[in-house]
Amino acid sequence: MSIKKKDTFINMLVSLFVITIISGFLLGFVNDLTFEPKAKAKMAKKVEALKLVLTSFDNNPVTEIKKAKSSLAKDSVEMYPAFLNNDFVGAAVIGSSEKGFSGLVKIMVGFKPDGSIENIVVLEQKETPGLGTKMKDEKFLKQFRNINPAAFNLSVTKDGGEVDALSGATITTRAFCEATQMAFDEFVSNGEALKIPKK
Amino acid sequence: MANIISQKEIFLKGIVKENPIFVMLLGMCPTLGVTSSAFNGLGMGIATLFVLLMSNIVVSLVKSQIPSKVRIPAFIIIIASFVTIVEMILEAYIPALYEQLGIFIPLIVVNCLILGRAEAFASKNKLTDAVVDALGMGLGFVIALTVLGAVREILGNGSIFDFKFVSENATTFILFILPPGAFIALAYLTVLFNRINIKNI
Repeated sequence: MSIKKKDTFINMLVSLFVITIISGFLLGFVNDLTFEPKAKAKMAKKVEALKLVLTSFDNNPVTEIKKAKSSLAKDSVEMYPAFLNNDFVGAAVIGSSEKGFSGLVKIMVGFKPDGSIENIVVLEQKETPGLGTKMKDEKFLKQFRNINPAAFNLSVTKDGGEVDALSGATITTRAFCEATQMAFDEFVSNGEALKIPKK
Repeated sequence: MANIISQKEIFLKGIVKENPIFVMLLGMCPTLGVTSSAFNGLGMGIATLFVLLMSNIVVSLVKSQIPSKVRIPAFIIIIASFVTIVEMILEAYIPALYEQLGIFIPLIVVNCLILGRAEAFASKNKLTDAVVDALGMGLGFVIALTVLGAVREILGNGSIFDFKFVSENATTFILFILPPGAFIALAYLTVLFNRINIKNI
């Protein structure tokens, strides 16, 4: 074994300095390397969700994103209009609620032009595994499909609404309904602006 | 020949005799936090294995250049760099796992298993031994986390590696997916592991 460097001030200074410099450059290099794949992965996730909530479209809704200020959400609400041969075929709206069992619940709701729900995808949630996370299940999401929130009371049956709550996760269901309602309200109030293609 | 035997011993002690989870009880925070499914346990284990291997290699290489008074800060910088690299790579290429593991990836920095091996083994032994030690300890960690995750997933969700073997409506022990279940499952697995281990000796 080689002799250890002595604990002089200059030795300590130099060794720490060299280590931090090397690790700094290494991190910068990896950051550059992963910058594009990271952005791509985020984009792919959004496109994947869009494909699930909207049926047929031939534009790229991500590039036609419209943002609207909302009193219900902290950030502006994101909306993705979809077109087929320049005809408006629906839009995906991101709805969110802070009232989940563990905070934020973020969902993407796909609307048909008449305002009825095409499909819903859960984007972000921190609910209890096994209870609240069942909101991702087909059995729960099924009841929202093809209904028009204008003629449907989007609240839990316990509160006088028409949505069957998840067993053991009423709070999660309430947050989910609130997020859906918010998405619908934004879709209605921005309906006209969404129907105009960018081109 | 003696060298090979001792390396084999170094490798095996990480998996059985000094298993980081079941025997040394090191790195409990990610162990209890992320093992709600077998896949999460496996992912966390492999991320930790990579960091442990890289930090053991580097620490073993530079050990004679670091004055002993500043060795701990130096080790921490080396470990933190590799953890940040793992974090960026996971976010770019396996975003699903990155989301599941969340805060526990940056927390690998303070996993006492990694600093413990750097301090107790890599800084005192030559490169090849340090690599073998990292592989043994890392594999022991991966196996322990995967087993713990699998047990919790089977009992709590009725599935393993997302393959469900009970019906959609079956009642499972949700407790085992929740934090208290982590403690209960870990305790029973530790008892079982040591019971078998002691018998063998």
